[in-house]
Amino acid sequence: MNTSIWHRDNAEAVVAEARNLLNRQLPQASRRKFLARGLTLGGLGLLAGCSIEDNATAQAALTRISQFNDRVQGWLFDSSRLAPTYPESMITRPFPFNAFYDESKVPEVDEARFLLEVTGLVADKHRWTLHELRALPQYTQVTRHICVEGWSAIGKWGGPRFGDFLRAVGADLGARYVGFQCADDYYTSIDMATALHPQTLLALDWDGQPLPPKYGFPMKLRMPTKLGYKNPKHIKAIFVSNTFNRGYWEDQGYNWFGGS
Amino acid sequence: MQPLWLRITHWLNALAVLIMVMSGWRIYNASPIFDFAFPDNITLGGWLGGALQWHFAGMWLFALNGFAYLLLNLITGRFGQRMFPVSARGIVRDAWLALTARLSHADMSHYNQVQRAAYLFAVVDLILLVLSGLVIWKSVQFPLLRELLGGYDMARRIHFYCMTAIVCFVAVHLLMVVLVPRSLLVMLLGRSTLRSVNKESTS
Repeated sequence: MNTSIWHRDNAEAVVAEARNLLNRQLPQASRRKFLARGLTLGGLGLLAGCSIEDNATAQAALTRISQFNDRVQGWLFDSSRLAPTYPESMITRPFPFNAFYDESKVPEVDEARFLLEVTGLVADKHRWTLHELRALPQYTQVTRHICVEGWSAIGKWGGPRFGDFLRAVGADLGARYVGFQCADDYYTSIDMATALHPQTLLALDWDGQPLPPKYGFPMKLRMPTKLGYKNPKHIKAIFVSNTFNRGYWEDQGYNWFGGS
Repeated sequence: MQPLWLRITHWLNALAVLIMVMSGWRIYNASPIFDFAFPDNITLGGWLGGALQWHFAGMWLFALNGFAYLLLNLITGRFGQRMFPVSARGIVRDAWLALTARLSHADMSHYNQVQRAAYLFAVVDLILLVLSGLVIWKSVQFPLLRELLGGYDMARRIHFYCMTAIVCFVAVHLLMVVLVPRSLLVMLLGRSTLRSVNKESTS
């Protein structure tokens, strides 16, 4: 088994972890400030009683409940239930750009030299060109993208079904997770049930055109059954595994399952 | 006058509503529907991710406690005895008596018509908050509920309006407690006096 990807992933995971620890300092500092101010409010006296100020205890409990909610969502998820689709006239124009960085920092991926890496529990680990991906049966759907912030926008994505791709590479469909590494250093992972959902597309097109850089060129995993941050853009490596891999936002506290 | 189970579910609900409303305000601030945001220092969670964790933890307390409240009300028949009958005519009459300071609060185990209407309103509003919340949380997994509430975006608005309604209810509720302080004793101790009447009569 080719293990190089795992070594590299480990290194990246360590860097990501360090970055997140640094990032967390800010919200925690503001949280403490909030608590100091909040304790003057009568209502919060109730919460202070169970030492909400003891951030570690409260945070550990909230994290455990969030993990419990992952399991509840896995149980609620119905593979045959489809997200609503919309007429093209309802597409949101312009479709909002959204990332953890500014639009000027969108990564540029060289189409001619691009190769998609596929590793982990798969039979065929050859690297895929965009041309090969376009040779798979293509599907188009107009669905609602729901952001964790609450707003939503309707868009039109096209590409092969992710389930077809996983079958094409001989992935172990009984594996628990599929992880993604992206050209913008984003990373996330999803459950196999959602990966195999008929509406989960390895989107190569947006609105009938090849995916523009700001929407995730060369490809975006489009899942109308999950919130926006679970839909990675600029995917460069996919790995199938039974080891739990988290994600960029998930490491900072967003719910891992992120289902809709 | 208020059984123990009712007092427990009441105060757990108060805590749950506090958590849900304060964390909900922070979530709202991430993408406001209207042209205003809530001051961050009266919200819970510190940032969107933290607020979501509070909201989706608080929902279990809120939903399970609410379910226990409804179930116990049905089993004991308390709902039928306390909340009904209620009529528009009765509400207007009691509201007028209250405004002219002639409404009797002598019997704390009896809800007047305005109380009945207000508490029933709170129960229906909280149920609607759960249903609209389910559509926002899992709009794909609850298609029937989503369509009944007019879609994802409409569910967000309903969730907001119901939140506003329960905050207004709480404000009036607290004002009434200030005006009739004995009602707080009933909800804390189950009776309207500090001294235990039963023990004294037997000694």
